Amino acid sequence: MPMAASEIERLIKLSLPDAEVSIRDLRGDGDHYAAGVLSKSFEGLSRIKLHQAVYAALGGRVGGELHALQLETAVPNTEINSE
Amino acid sequence: MSDAQNRIADIVKKNDVVLFMKGTALFPQCGFSSRAIAILDRLGASYETVDVLQDSEVRQGIKEYSDWPTIPQLYVKGEFVGGSDIMMEMFESGELQQLLAADA
Repeated sequence: MPMAASEIERLIKLSLPDAEVSIRDLRGDGDHYAAGVLSKSFEGLSRIKLHQAVYAALGGRVGGELHALQLETAVPNTEINSE
Repeated sequence: MSDAQNRIADIVKKNDVVLFMKGTALFPQCGFSSRAIAILDRLGASYETVDVLQDSEVRQGIKEYSDWPTIPQLYVKGEFVGGSDIMMEMFESGELQQLLAADA
């Protein structure tokens, strides 16, 4: 069942309020997305834990309702962002 | 542990590099599995594959085993490494080569 990009973004921000989220619909079918997620809360976590944090935010939809979600996760680059 | 969990643990223990995937190395049935195979082949790794489409218990069980909702899943020396996005990141950074070389 397709899911709107805005809904994916809303769910991720609900559990990771500081996150910067960018979503792309890869095929335009509402079922294959790529998500970029930047959050300070990712600092010090392993790659597996990072992705699990996003999967957890989506509450079990990945692999089911949401067929495919390509993920890129990172800690925001503070050196670039700081004034 | 359930029968499926025992079988998965056994497969992961007995194979230094094993990819749980949809389809086979020659005929991957999903773009993500296909990408995982392409990365392993590019690195010249020797690996085993398990086609989860042939076994619904393993298909469900592997998600519980690693607390990871998607397939493919790569295991090296008994440790869960990640899915195809993580494999790609580690391939690009050179970490996957190191991990697999340490295995040889």
